[in-house]
Amino acid sequence: MAGPVLEMRSIVKTFPGVTALSDVTLTVRPGEVHAICGENGAGKSTLMKVLSGVHPYGSYEGEVLFEGEECRFRDIRASERQGIVIIHQELALVPYLSLAENLFLGNEHARRGLIDWTETLRHATKLLRRVGLDEHPETRVADIGVGKQQLVEIAKALAKSVRLLILDEPTAALNDEDSGKLLDLILELKAQGITCIVISHKLNEIRKVADSVTVLRDGRSVETLDVRAPGTTEERIIAGMVGRDLDHRFPERPPHEPESGTAPALEVRGWTVRHPIDRQRKVVDDVSIEVRRGEIVGIAGLMGAGRTELAMSVFGRSYGRYAGGTVLKDGREIRTRTVAEAVGHGIAYVTEDRKHYGLNLIDTVHRNVSLTALGKVARRGIVDEHAERRAAEGFRTAMNIKAPTVLEPVGRLSGGNQQKVVLSKWIFADPDVLILDEPTRGIDVGAKYEIYTVIGRLAAEGRVVVFISSELPELLGMCDRIYTMAAGRLTGEVPRAGATQEALMRLMTRDEEVTP
Amino acid sequence: MSADVTAPAPPERGGPPAGPSVLRLMLDGLRRNMRQYGMVIALGLIVVLFAVWTDGDLLLPRNVSNLVLQNSYILVLAIGMMLVIISGHIDLSVGSLTAFVGAFLAVLSVRHDVPWPLALVLCLLVGAAAGAVQGYLIAYLGIPSFIVTLAGMLLFRGLTEILLKGQTLGPFPDGLQKIGNGFLPAFGPDTDYHNPTLLLGLVLIAAVVWQEVQGRRRQREFALQVPPLRLFALKLAALVAAIVALTLLLASYKGAPIILIALGALVVGYGYLMRNAVFGRHVYAIGGNLPAAKLSGVKDKKVTFLVFLNMGVLAALAGLVVAARLNAASPKAGVNFELEAIASSFIGGASMSGGVGTVLGAIIGGLVLGVLNNGMNLLSVGTDWQQVIKGLALLLAVGFDVWNKRRSGA
Repeated sequence: MAGPVLEMRSIVKTFPGVTALSDVTLTVRPGEVHAICGENGAGKSTLMKVLSGVHPYGSYEGEVLFEGEECRFRDIRASERQGIVIIHQELALVPYLSLAENLFLGNEHARRGLIDWTETLRHATKLLRRVGLDEHPETRVADIGVGKQQLVEIAKALAKSVRLLILDEPTAALNDEDSGKLLDLILELKAQGITCIVISHKLNEIRKVADSVTVLRDGRSVETLDVRAPGTTEERIIAGMVGRDLDHRFPERPPHEPESGTAPALEVRGWTVRHPIDRQRKVVDDVSIEVRRGEIVGIAGLMGAGRTELAMSVFGRSYGRYAGGTVLKDGREIRTRTVAEAVGHGIAYVTEDRKHYGLNLIDTVHRNVSLTALGKVARRGIVDEHAERRAAEGFRTAMNIKAPTVLEPVGRLSGGNQQKVVLSKWIFADPDVLILDEPTRGIDVGAKYEIYTVIGRLAAEGRVVVFISSELPELLGMCDRIYTMAAGRLTGEVPRAGATQEALMRLMTRDEEVTP
Repeated sequence: MSADVTAPAPPERGGPPAGPSVLRLMLDGLRRNMRQYGMVIALGLIVVLFAVWTDGDLLLPRNVSNLVLQNSYILVLAIGMMLVIISGHIDLSVGSLTAFVGAFLAVLSVRHDVPWPLALVLCLLVGAAAGAVQGYLIAYLGIPSFIVTLAGMLLFRGLTEILLKGQTLGPFPDGLQKIGNGFLPAFGPDTDYHNPTLLLGLVLIAAVVWQEVQGRRRQREFALQVPPLRLFALKLAALVAAIVALTLLLASYKGAPIILIALGALVVGYGYLMRNAVFGRHVYAIGGNLPAAKLSGVKDKKVTFLVFLNMGVLAALAGLVVAARLNAASPKAGVNFELEAIASSFIGGASMSGGVGTVLGAIIGGLVLGVLNNGMNLLSVGTDWQQVIKGLALLLAVGFDVWNKRRSGA
């Protein structure tokens, strides 16, 4: 058997004040799919940045051997010349350029500085077919969905004659169907002899595509497991990641006992929203839901089902064009036409996209936390910074936010810790109603458990929790009731008892409305 | 906390030679706050360089006084511009608006003999109205600020010429001239110094010391880390030394210019507003991440509107000072002022993408340009080369900032 295609030996990488990687060894065999998993902040992304030349040779210790030769990459281009291509979590496509233009960006088919369009389109068509994408190469990237964009990224890597493909959380933003397609594609590329490294939080995906998995913890490589070996269960991998056995992935919480006779704390009736540009299209169509105090109610749906759009529209009409419907709180109709009005009625929306809609990344933890309710630490328009810091410090401790101090810019924290800051800022506003949109997206198992615990506590305090998620086990583990949506409509309502992933998935893929 | 309003004088100037440990702490602090102190140190260096090159002429009492008067309007504009830039916008109209307000003042008080205090108020109202209209178009109608204020720049310049019929209009009544050129009135025994200025200096020192000590006490009360006592004392000594030097310089000439006192009040006031007021926070929030600020319930349109309204008022104030100082309204007044104000903000640490910057930074940036101007004038450098050098200074300052950010891995 041939030697390893990639060896990273005793990699040490430090940043001022932080050791990101303290001793990592990674060995990847040719033609395998090698998964890397670990909690956020374990060093996965840093390791990949060392490998791809983002952190150039000399800025780390240890050695990297690719196909038996030592690599000293100065930048990404150097690693790409060797056939190592990384696809980042945040896609790097230009939305207003066509698929073909994106595929060869920086790598154009050109003669003397002029683009050869015939060759570009021919090659693009071939590449798109290879990744199973049935789109015309002159389509703009902005006009296709995220799932397809991910395929374009892979096609782009193939255009660079990739030999080692690195995918950082490739399915984080995809729905189940697109994820499935992507995983199939990875297996297909493997069959064509392309070695893959996949960073993923989703253990079922690792089990599906990977041959081996290396677990990182606190900047060290803990172990490398053979995925096909009988002893490698999901629990086994999780134990390696967190360094302890994780019996329960969800905190225990007593089932909600609805008090009879009282009006629901939050009720949305006949909510309809049109698409902001395409006014003909109803993104949310006549949706009615109700939630009681102390209850956690899930909303399940595939991408494009209209869950986020429903939530954002109710929350101060922050999405699309309102086209009908009312919101009632404790039986009385309320106005939520602006975010300030919604917040005034005790509603909070915790966004699924923390980087764009949740946080001011260049500002500090304490200023992010206080922004939603500055009035609480201010008198007559003047902020009491000491009170503000104390409040933020309280959250840092209570939520276990890993930051040296609350004066740290949020942009420097890991994803899980950023998510805790977003949650903190809304809990600080002390809302009655929390709409949580994918609150555990892209964060690791340990941090997820902490966030579940917080959510359970919020409900136990008598708040209303609406929990939007794409991960069905999470909804089943946390919610008292689950609504399902498809194509903008409500397609079902399922109590916790008796709900299964299969039953939910059936409702989520149903096209027409059902009358319960 | 006062760090924002009382200029942190470069810690390496003044003060006794420090022990090695304090020196090390100082260097550590410097390295961590490069952004904050970098420009102060640069300003200090420029002052020292020009003082040497001009054989000390730069620091003659008369010249320091002049320097303040010459740059006051740019500094006033820079304060407003800093807010605009932090909120993620730009304002190109302030130079023209400055001229327009000056023209309006002249028309009122020279042509129509309106009592000058009333004329002042009307002028400020006109500035506010101009800022409000532009702010409305930007905030509520969503027209990009670059376009709106570019239009404003052309429009107000044209209106200025129409008002003045292309001619210079003056002179102004005595009361008005005082705004641009006046000093604190003198009183008390003959001490060779200007007494009220000395008094003002003493009050300022007391205020600064009290502020700093209070701040430190409160920080400790809340169990926040405080710098070691020796370093703190050194910083305080440097601050006091800077104030003493400036006070003595001004007091040995005609005293503190009225406009300097007004400017000081603006710096303290706006520094406090941006650092401690809810409004200030909201300006930083919409500049740092607009969608996130909106979803946090910040009334982004109102904040943007107020930022431009405020810019209009400050532009009017600058216009009054310019007109009063020249003792006439000229159709060519205020040309390129918007660019000087923008340059001051960026030299002072603002970011093109918004969300970053301090009022004090804008002032320091403005002073860097002001000292360069004044120093080069003293050295009889032609305006051609002055432009070249100021351009290079802007590039250097922002380039240093970018390099420093990359180095610290932010």
